[in-house]
Amino acid sequence: MGKRMLLRGNEVIAEAAIRAGCQCYFAYPITPQAELLEHMAKNMPRLGRTFIQAESELAAINMVYGAASVGVRTMTSSSSPGISLKQEGISYLAGSNLPAVIVNIVRGGPGLGDIAPAQCDYFQATKGGGHGDYHMIVLAPSTAPEAGELTMLAFDLADQYRTPVMILADGMLGQMMEPVELPEPIDIASLPVKEWATTGAKGRDPNVILSFDLDPEVLKKMNLALQKRYRQIEAKEVRYEEAATEDADILIAAYGTVARIAKSVVRMARAEGIKLGLFRPITLWPFPYQPLKELAGRVKTVLTVEMSAGQMWEDVRLAVAERANTPFYGEMGGVVPTPRRILSEVRKHAS
Amino acid sequence: MPVSTEKMVKVFGRPASLTEARFTYCPGCHHGILTRIIAQTIDELGIVERTVGIAPVGCAVFAYLWYRCDAIQASHGRASAVATGVKRANPNLIVFAYQGDGDFASIGTAESIHAANRGENITVIFVNNQVYGMTGGEMAPTSLVGQKTTTTPDGRDPALFGYPIRFSEMIAQLDAPVYVTRQALYDTKRIMDATKAIKKAFTNQLEGKGYSLVEVLATCPTNWRMKPTEANKHVAEVVTKVFPLGDLIDRG
Repeated sequence: MGKRMLLRGNEVIAEAAIRAGCQCYFAYPITPQAELLEHMAKNMPRLGRTFIQAESELAAINMVYGAASVGVRTMTSSSSPGISLKQEGISYLAGSNLPAVIVNIVRGGPGLGDIAPAQCDYFQATKGGGHGDYHMIVLAPSTAPEAGELTMLAFDLADQYRTPVMILADGMLGQMMEPVELPEPIDIASLPVKEWATTGAKGRDPNVILSFDLDPEVLKKMNLALQKRYRQIEAKEVRYEEAATEDADILIAAYGTVARIAKSVVRMARAEGIKLGLFRPITLWPFPYQPLKELAGRVKTVLTVEMSAGQMWEDVRLAVAERANTPFYGEMGGVVPTPRRILSEVRKHAS
Repeated sequence: MPVSTEKMVKVFGRPASLTEARFTYCPGCHHGILTRIIAQTIDELGIVERTVGIAPVGCAVFAYLWYRCDAIQASHGRASAVATGVKRANPNLIVFAYQGDGDFASIGTAESIHAANRGENITVIFVNNQVYGMTGGEMAPTSLVGQKTTTTPDGRDPALFGYPIRFSEMIAQLDAPVYVTRQALYDTKRIMDATKAIKKAFTNQLEGKGYSLVEVLATCPTNWRMKPTEANKHVAEVVTKVFPLGDLIDRG
C-alpha cells in the first residue's frame, strides 16, 4: 500500500485511475467533478500519458472510444447533464465490446438541476441509459477509500468483460476530503495483450471495431453474445455489503453516500432497541437480487432510502417480491437526508 | 496475330490495400474512385500494417470492409474525435477519418473544428456531395442554393436554410492545421490532382507535421437525379463555382 493522503473523492478516483494504468483521459469541465479533471490535467502529462480537455462530452466519450479501440486503459468523467450527453457513445462502447471507465459524480436534476449531491441517475446508469439492449457494470462507492478501490476494480472488470464500467458516485462523495491509502500503481506492461485491438494489421488479418450489421440475423447474434456476457457478469460480479443484519427485523436498503449515513442510523436505532440492519448494494448493475431476496425472508420491512424519487426502490421491490414491506423514503433536488430524518422514518416502520 | 507477353509491363492494377469486397456505392458515385486512391496511397507509402481507418455513418459506413488495414466504425459526426483518441493512444499508427458532408460539416461540426484546432496529427478525407445520400437525399449543410432535395423540394431557400457552408475555409482560418485543400474527381486531371493531395495529407502525418484535410467534391447521381456524365459536368461547371478547387493552406 502507498502512503496515507488526504484527498477529495474526485481526486481519489483520478489518482486510482492513474494507478490502474489509465493511459488516456478525456473530459469536459462540469461541477461537481472539476477536481477529477484538474488532477488528471496536472498528473497525466507528467507521466507521459494523454489528457485532453475535450470540446464537449460527445467528443470526450468518442475519444474514449478511439483510445479503447487501440487497447489502452481509458476513462472519462462528468456529472449528470454531461453523462446524458455521453449516452450515445456509451451505447457504442457496449455494442462494440470496448472496455472503458466512465465516472458520474451525480448532481440534482432533471435539466440543469443544481450542483448538490443526488442519486437521480440510477435508472440511466443501471438500465442502459442509451439506445439498444445493453448494460454496463455500475459500481457505487460510499467512501473515498472505497471509491479508489472500485476505480481500480472498474478497469479490471472493463478489460475482463470488454464492457464499459461506470463509477456512480455523487457530489458529496466527490467533494469530501478523507484520509486514503491507495494501492501501488500496477505494472501496465503486465496487462494481457488485447488481440482484438486496432493496433495495426501486422502479421494478422485486419481488426475491426464496430457495433453495426445490416443483416438482422447477424445483429441478433451480436446481441446474444452481449446477453451471454451479461449473464456471466450477473453470476460472478454481484457485490454488496450487509451491516447488522443477523438479528435485524427491519433493513435499510441504500447505496453510496446514503448508505454511509444509514450506518449512523443503524447505531442510533440499535441504541433505542430497534433491530435495524443495512443492505448496501456495491454493484448497482448487476443488482444483488438474490442476497436481498434471502434477507427479505427474515425481516418485516425493507426501507429503501435514496436521494431520488425512488429509482433503486424498483430493484429492491423486485428482489423482495412481497416477502416484506417495502416502504420508501427519498430526498430530491440535492437535499441530503440527515440521520435524524432517516431514523424517524425507521421508527414509523419499527414494531 | 499472337501477342507476346514477355515485354509487357503492368502499369495499372488493384491496390494491394484494397480488399476483394464489392463496393456498395451506386453507379457513377465518386466514393469508389476515392476509396481506390486512398488504398493506392497506403500502398505507395507502405503503411498498411500501421494504418487505422475511421469509417463514418452514411454511404461510406462500410469503409471498414474495403481496406486491408484495421478500422473503426464511428458514430455519426464523431470520426475526428475517435481519430484523436486512436492517435493519442498510439502515435505510431497512421489514422485517417473518412467523413461525408453531413457527418463532418453538420452533426460533427464541433469535433471537426476542434480536432483541426488542436492540430491533431491525423488525415481527414471530407467527401462533399451536397446531399445526404444514404438516408434518401435530404439537404446537406453543403447543398447549393436552389438545390432540390427531399427536404427542400422547392430548392434550398437561403432565407429558410442558410447557404452552403464552406467548411474547409473555416478550418483554414485556424492556426494549427498544416494542409487544407479542396479537390475533385470529375475528370482525369482532377483525379491525378486529388491523388497527389491525398498522398501529401498522409505524408504530412507520417512526417509528424500535423493536421491535414482533403475535401473532395463528389457526385451523387442517384440523389441528384442525374446521369453520371451529367453529374460530372455539374461538379465541373456549377459546384466548383461555390466550392473553388485548390489549396487553402499548405504549411507543410
